[in-house]
Amino acid sequence: MTLQLTNVTLTHANGVHALRGVDLHIAAGEQVAIIGPSGAGKSSLLNLLATALRPGSGEVQLLGERAWQLSARQRQRLRARIGLVHQAPPLPPRQRVITAVLAGKLGQWSLGKSLLNLLHPVDIPGARAALARLDLGDKLFAQCQQLSGGQLQRVGVARVLYQAPEVLLADEPVSAMDPVLAGHTLTVLCRHAREHKVTLVASLHAVELALGHFSRIIGLREGQILFDLPPGAVDHELLDRLYANEQLQSPPTPVAPLSLQIPRC
Amino acid sequence: MLTSDSRDPATLPRLLLSLLAVALLWPGIRFSELDLSVLLAGGSQSEMGRFVATFWPPAYGEEFLALLWQATLQTLAIATAGMTLALLLAVPASLLASRALSLSAASRGGRPSFLGRLLRWPVRGLLIFLRSVPEIVWALLFVRAVGLGPTAGVLAIAITYSGMLGKVYAEIFESVDQRPAHALLQAGSGRLAAFAYGILPNVAAELLSYTVYRWECAIRASVVMGFVGAGGLGQQMDLSLRMFAGGEVASLLLTFLLLVLLADQLSRLLRWRLG
Repeated sequence: MTLQLTNVTLTHANGVHALRGVDLHIAAGEQVAIIGPSGAGKSSLLNLLATALRPGSGEVQLLGERAWQLSARQRQRLRARIGLVHQAPPLPPRQRVITAVLAGKLGQWSLGKSLLNLLHPVDIPGARAALARLDLGDKLFAQCQQLSGGQLQRVGVARVLYQAPEVLLADEPVSAMDPVLAGHTLTVLCRHAREHKVTLVASLHAVELALGHFSRIIGLREGQILFDLPPGAVDHELLDRLYANEQLQSPPTPVAPLSLQIPRC
Repeated sequence: MLTSDSRDPATLPRLLLSLLAVALLWPGIRFSELDLSVLLAGGSQSEMGRFVATFWPPAYGEEFLALLWQATLQTLAIATAGMTLALLLAVPASLLASRALSLSAASRGGRPSFLGRLLRWPVRGLLIFLRSVPEIVWALLFVRAVGLGPTAGVLAIAITYSGMLGKVYAEIFESVDQRPAHALLQAGSGRLAAFAYGILPNVAAELLSYTVYRWECAIRASVVMGFVGAGGLGQQMDLSLRMFAGGEVASLLLTFLLLVLLADQLSRLLRWRLG
């Protein structure tokens, strides 16, 4: 098992129960999409898998190691093997794109090499290759503040591609892109995962993208797994139950992409 | 009359805070024994007036200008050397004292663990101690230890300013967006690398501007410390004041003005280059 959650609960500092007793097994090389209404706990689940959040109870086993029983140093080594694409990639506005992409390998580089890379990029071809796959090769030396939300998301994806982790997690990686670009970016992610035998877990709000690109769909609602099926078995009735909203009077339109505010950098 | 739907809930707190500020200021004026009427008393006025009248023309004798040039260079050297020594201590101390490099904060929503907070306290305590003793007191101590001259000034500036720089640097690190650094820490990077890639790009301009400002303050402080024998423009100023040489005092003041102007322009230039 690459990723294994056993009866995991997570409560945020403000008292919101983000996850309630989640059991999840994801084998090496699987490509999994997580869908569900906003506030269902998709981001929390991915942050948990990235060891960015510590569960309130239950056990998180990643790449054969119990993440929260390791020493801080061992956990940093484990984290270097896991990559997380953020929905709004947190990048300093003045940082150049090449630096932001090369920062993906900080967990594998020595401090000396990391600092040297700030003075002069040590792997320009590597960063260019990662960006070129996302059609962003011409922005290599631009500053992050000059990019749009969708371009920043692709820089975030390029950073994780350059990191080349064994587990690739993506939190709404294409939410600020147009449909064509979103499809292309997911294709790049899935192909990378297949070619390098990487486990891929992505949360998506566009159901058709999830059904079109992934071989396993997990429906998350109110912090619990509602269904865990191959895309062929996910029908309208299931989706209606997943996105049912008692508080909204108008009929729910779950498939319509949400307009998301991506803060600058 | 305000109706209930046009009332701002912040009105009452704002009014009360204003009243509180006035209530606190009044005893402050009383306790500081501020008495502006002495300025208007006839005797002191003519005394001050006579001295200020001697300011014109500023002294520009060749011998004095040579002296002034030497003293200016010495003041600049004291301030720069003091700042350099201060930075040697302030940079590591600020990294230790700041929550920005906390590894535990990255997986706890920005709140460092209890142990981490506990371990940061001794460093903060050291910084508080370093800056709570005024530089003039350190200068007096060092003048006794190493004798009259610039060494005492350099050491005094180094000690006090390391405390100030360390505290403010640590706070600047914490004041910017922490998510870039947290994202890097969550991807397995070390703390210093996460700092260099996640925090430094956001704080560089602010750090530079504050450092140049402190350098400017160090120039002024070295002048004050000159009065207790720590060399530079201050020592010259002390001599000129004692001899009631108004022209020399005016020249010295003009030199300060130029130095402060220089620091200001340097800060602007550097911020513009980084901005």
